[in-house]
Amino acid sequence: MAYTKRFDGRKADEMREVEAKLGVVPRADGSAMFRFGDTVAIAAVYGPRHLHPQFLQNPQQGIIRCHYDMLSFSVTERKKPGPARRSQEISDVTAKSLEPVLMLSQFPNTVIDVFINIVQADAGTRCAGINAASLALAHAGIPMTDLVGAISVGSLGGSVVVDLTKEEEDYEEDGEKAATDIPMAFTLRDGKVTLLQLDGKVSPENLKKAIEVGRKACEKLYDLQKETLKGLK
Amino acid sequence: MEIADITKQRIKQYLAKGMRFDGRKPMQYRDIVIETHVSKKAEGSARVKLGDTEVWAGVKLGMGVPYSDSPDSGNLMVTAEFSPMASEKFERGPPSIESVELARIIDRGIREGEVIDLSKLSVKSGEASWTVFVDIYPINDAGNLIDASAIAALVALRTAVFPELKDNKIQFGEFTTKKLPLSDNLPFTMTFYKIGDHFVLDPTVEEEEASDSMLTIAVSSSKKGEFVNAMQKGREMPMTIEDVNFIIDNAVKEYKKLESAFEKALK
Repeated sequence: MAYTKRFDGRKADEMREVEAKLGVVPRADGSAMFRFGDTVAIAAVYGPRHLHPQFLQNPQQGIIRCHYDMLSFSVTERKKPGPARRSQEISDVTAKSLEPVLMLSQFPNTVIDVFINIVQADAGTRCAGINAASLALAHAGIPMTDLVGAISVGSLGGSVVVDLTKEEEDYEEDGEKAATDIPMAFTLRDGKVTLLQLDGKVSPENLKKAIEVGRKACEKLYDLQKETLKGLK
Repeated sequence: MEIADITKQRIKQYLAKGMRFDGRKPMQYRDIVIETHVSKKAEGSARVKLGDTEVWAGVKLGMGVPYSDSPDSGNLMVTAEFSPMASEKFERGPPSIESVELARIIDRGIREGEVIDLSKLSVKSGEASWTVFVDIYPINDAGNLIDASAIAALVALRTAVFPELKDNKIQFGEFTTKKLPLSDNLPFTMTFYKIGDHFVLDPTVEEEEASDSMLTIAVSSSKKGEFVNAMQKGREMPMTIEDVNFIIDNAVKEYKKLESAFEKALK
């Protein structure tokens, strides 16, 4: 049986309600909140600032460090505070998804720190984090060539749907029909892929379709990010 | 943020006239803003703002084995994580001593203020009992994280409900409507900062930096009167006994004001 009707009634290519807000962490150089339905991420940017230890410094260009973590009470079973392997990996791919748009050569020897906290999780947290971070970096006034948008596309029950909820992520059916989550990020103007991960089982045709659908969904994120940043003074 | 000596001097000059940079009186708190149920995944949660200072607190329940010296009691566990998001002063890595100290002060205020009746958290004597986790996350540090965190922890506890239990296993994500066994006691943690010869409550970051010593005091009030439930002297500079007495007197006095501000913010 194909997954034709989504649990929350959305269309296959319809993302959850999205919301973005700037300046949620006044002490930081830039900050933003981003929400996909019940998934809420906050990102704060500090920098470019002095980088130590010194051996990490790059005289050619600045570096970006991301630190993704979930609040202990953002998930149903308490997450032990502190970083784990999962959050370390997500931090790393998040940094790589954002780096291509940052004009880091203007800031040799420095670091831009991006802190992402997931305050409420209902799947798609790394994507919400990347969207929040893209906004926070722009809010911090870091020179950027483009914005970055991220969305999770899933293949489940043989269908391709965007922006999975936790309930959809946990969808089980035999073989290729079980839920497969494909988080991806694009530079929003150029449409280049800066994040692509997959965990599951999906046919090559569906995978190509998923990427196409994800790219399309990011157009809405581009509009939202631009609109949000227009509010900047 | 290292502040300039001239700023410190100016803060003291202002305080000598009973004034502060932001127009507050020395013992005046900033406006309290409280938002509850900020995480649908938590048994209880709250977001508290004192001016620009923002703290999130959440309650999660776990099933644990009671300590052998209290086989019929549940456990309370308060932790705080100073995310580097909240301030350029915080660093990544193992919990800093400041975050451990903050969590322990708040733990004492809740425990000794008898906010929660741990004896009602037993599931099976000596074998199973609830553990109440209160986790505190400063999101923006604009001064006075301790007092803001204490309020956030209190509100999160008050909104918390038990999760479903089946065969002594928690059904994560399924909540009952049953509240935690809480008393009406309202312990407030007030941190008095001494700057030169003057005391302030609810300091900004600049005032914190300008201060020489601090004393945190948790006061609770019930029909039996006011009680001091927790104290912590901070910083290196000693305090005189007169200073301490002044703080005790003022803590009781300011408690009432904080209580009415708290009730107002909850509405």
